[in-house]
Amino acid sequence: MSGESDVKTLVIDEQEVSARSGQTILEVARENEIDIPTLCHLDGLSDVGACRLCLVEIKGSNKLLPACVTTVQEGMEISTGTERLRAHRRTILEMLFAERNHICSVCVSNGHCELQTLAQEQGLTHVRLPYRNPELRVDASHERFTIDHNRCILCTRCVRVCAEVEGAHIWDVMGRGIDSIIISDLNQPWGESACTRCGKCVQVCPTGALFDKSKIGSDHPKYPDFLPYLNLMREAK
Amino acid sequence: MSKLRLATVWLDGCSGCHMSFLDMDERLLELAEYVDVVYSPIVDAKVYPESVDIALVEGAVASVDDEKKIKKIRAHTKMLVAMGDCAITGNVPSMRNPIGPEAILDRAYIQNASAQQQIPCVVVPKLLKIVRPIHEFVKVDVFLPGCPPSADTFHTALTALINGGPLDIPALTRFGA
Amino acid sequence: MTIEELEQIAKSVQQENAKYDYELNVCMDLACASQGADKLKDALVRAVEQSGKKVLVRRTGCMGPCSHGPLVRVDPEDTLYSKANAAHAEKIVAQLGSEPVAGLQCDLNEHFDSQVRVVLENAGHIDPEKIDDYISRDGYKALLLVLTEMTPNGVIHRITESGLRGRGGGGYPTGLKWGTVAKSHGDLKYVVCNGDEGDPGAFMDRSVMEGDPHRVIEGMAIAAYAVGASKGFIYVRAEYPVAVSRLTTAIREARRRGLLGNNICNTPFSFDVEIRLGAGAFVCGEETALIASIEGRRGTPKPRPPYPAMSGLWGKPTLINNVETYANIAPIVRNGGKWFFNMGSERSKGTKVFALTGKIANTGLVEVPMGIKLREIIERIGGGVPKGHTFKAVQTGGPSGGCIPAEMLDVGVSYDALLKMGSIMGSGGMIVMDDTSCMVNVAKFFIEFCMTESCGKCIPCRAGTAQMHTLLTRICSGTGTMDDLELLEQLCSTVKEASLCGLGQTAPNPVLSTLKYFRHEYIDHILNKRCPAGVCNMESQVEVMA
Repeated sequence: MSGESDVKTLVIDEQEVSARSGQTILEVARENEIDIPTLCHLDGLSDVGACRLCLVEIKGSNKLLPACVTTVQEGMEISTGTERLRAHRRTILEMLFAERNHICSVCVSNGHCELQTLAQEQGLTHVRLPYRNPELRVDASHERFTIDHNRCILCTRCVRVCAEVEGAHIWDVMGRGIDSIIISDLNQPWGESACTRCGKCVQVCPTGALFDKSKIGSDHPKYPDFLPYLNLMREAK
Repeated sequence: MSKLRLATVWLDGCSGCHMSFLDMDERLLELAEYVDVVYSPIVDAKVYPESVDIALVEGAVASVDDEKKIKKIRAHTKMLVAMGDCAITGNVPSMRNPIGPEAILDRAYIQNASAQQQIPCVVVPKLLKIVRPIHEFVKVDVFLPGCPPSADTFHTALTALINGGPLDIPALTRFGA
Repeated sequence: MTIEELEQIAKSVQQENAKYDYELNVCMDLACASQGADKLKDALVRAVEQSGKKVLVRRTGCMGPCSHGPLVRVDPEDTLYSKANAAHAEKIVAQLGSEPVAGLQCDLNEHFDSQVRVVLENAGHIDPEKIDDYISRDGYKALLLVLTEMTPNGVIHRITESGLRGRGGGGYPTGLKWGTVAKSHGDLKYVVCNGDEGDPGAFMDRSVMEGDPHRVIEGMAIAAYAVGASKGFIYVRAEYPVAVSRLTTAIREARRRGLLGNNICNTPFSFDVEIRLGAGAFVCGEETALIASIEGRRGTPKPRPPYPAMSGLWGKPTLINNVETYANIAPIVRNGGKWFFNMGSERSKGTKVFALTGKIANTGLVEVPMGIKLREIIERIGGGVPKGHTFKAVQTGGPSGGCIPAEMLDVGVSYDALLKMGSIMGSGGMIVMDDTSCMVNVAKFFIEFCMTESCGKCIPCRAGTAQMHTLLTRICSGTGTMDDLELLEQLCSTVKEASLCGLGQTAPNPVLSTLKYFRHEYIDHILNKRCPAGVCNMESQVEVMA
């Protein structure tokens, strides 16, 4: 198809780059080692544009656009790290820390957590917003895994990996707004759900919300990089 | 140049930050050339002095006594440093927040007590309903996260604070470090 | 069905009506019905039977000034009775042809004189459950005209020429939207009517759907012809059972008359409409969330592009317009784009229906030309703030809009002017507040609404509105600090600029506008622990354990 070979040139952070038509700003930026922070995005899953950390500024538009779902256009001039963007990113991260009960020191993901790492990268040393201290469940009914809603940031990676890659779709979101919560099946305990025990959701979870029961302390690195490989092998079949 | 007056304070925390502070080992002697420790759980002074240059505060604000202390400390201190995650986020002490202090006290002193089942109410200060970081009560000048911040972090940060040099805290430490 | 047949129906209705000497039109809309309009109508029918006079008693949709209901209009005299009840029925019938009933007649000339009725032209004149009533007032004439004499392109041109902009709130040019859907490739296209009116204080769309349902269906059919769609959905919230039942009846009648279905009027054009019920989520008024809801999925918005015009319902090109937008289509087609273009202000054409509520004498529905001054709407049409109190602010656009203070009342109402004042046109809610309203408390009310109605998908809206609510609650209880105020402003900025959909992006507007125009009230709460309007309870809660 002619569209496939259609090449665009654009500028990201004063660096001239080229891209294939249809690529997202995020893809092109990462190809060129320009870092744009993300939380809900994961290579190998569909994008939902929900965490808003990857917002970028585009010259000529006052609107901030999510890099993960915005496709490149010829001649675009993109800024990924202006003070305006950094301020919003910090505030969004603060909102996440204040929303639920994130106690890094006692978390299995301490030291391997994407939220924690992002906070450090974005220069967050404290949270100005009042902590909400919600009372949330920990579901340990599954024989291998646990979901601790205190640590969940509702990125929905688990929902997507289960529906799109594993094909089981046992995870989904219940309720709305600040009361939203991840549920298995129709809000049954995870251990009684139709879970296939594949563990993909645990590997893609950016925080310690989903974890393997056999891991103790903070010894729980996760390996979400298998997804693009898995998708590639499936396509090759 | 006269020495700076340094205080360290222990609110609702595990004292781990103080232990880590002491882990600076021989570097403490180097530090002593620049500062006098005028108030601390590890020195004799019982009253917070009138004027303090730098105060390192460990722990969250969990009781009426903590609240009174932190306000006094702020009033008497030039530079207030929130030391460690409890002071900055509430950390472990704040884990009681979703269920409230009554449930915790009941569990500790009634349900789990084999004898003398009673919740202490004499002498000990009353607990606040919600444990909060210190910056929700007073203005904090420097935040030094970590559980606890490492001895190296203390050394680098204090050296910079004493000399008035540049200090990039996110490069040194993070929540839970 | 042909134009001639349509005219035949209209003529027979007119002949039927001509048999009567008088018409008693009884408003049976929600406000009047809740005050006994149904009993009043029954009593009128009985009184007419006993009197032997030739009188047609007709149930109609909303006449407008709801606070004066139940309303009865006597035609051809055009006498309006307010606050009528069943006990007045005999007297009303007895006085037909002579002096109006003393003390019951209401003088609302000032209220009606400045209004221009396009969308509401049939309101109060037809029985919403009778398709023939609608046809007798030029109903479906525009559809037949379009099908027999105009090309799809011609229709789009006419709508573009009219300058009509989306009445759902965004104000996107309707003709442009239609053109985009028409140009999109797709074997199947959809037309959707957004009747998910969820703002507190807004009931324009409900009244149109209840009072003149065929107007909406006709508008949709014309749109479908113009963009090449064959299937339509009306998305109505389940909280509007009367609207749902009227629309259901209207769709059935339209099918029976061959105005919906296959080969309408013996042309190749086929179009049918289905109703889909919303389950009460405000966010489903956002078009991508609405699409998800119609498809049977969780109603959460998606990033745009792709816009529904390219990829909407089940990935097909989809045209989504609001109820009031569709209600404007038939008159534009009948009277021409220029006719519409000549009404209104420079960049906002035509008329707009507003729902006036709050501290104002004449609450209810009004339809005014765009560009009219807010002061005229509130003081003349609305009758002003009731005696003994002074006007403080008017909230337009519901929870997504802002509070406009007294000193801005001489600004003309248009999409752009309202935006400039920190508010929005929205769907047309107008809540009037007087000196008994605390503006901080008002901001808190709207943020609470946005917080509970947030879908929870994106972080700024989900967690940001909750944080704003916490800070506003603090300020309203006297425990807020100036730091909290600064934090509140930063939250406003992030929620506004970083949220995924319009709901989040506009959620801070009530806070931003009250901060802009009524900052002193915030300061008074914080520094003096005082609520100037005396609304907030300033006793701070003790946070020590008992």
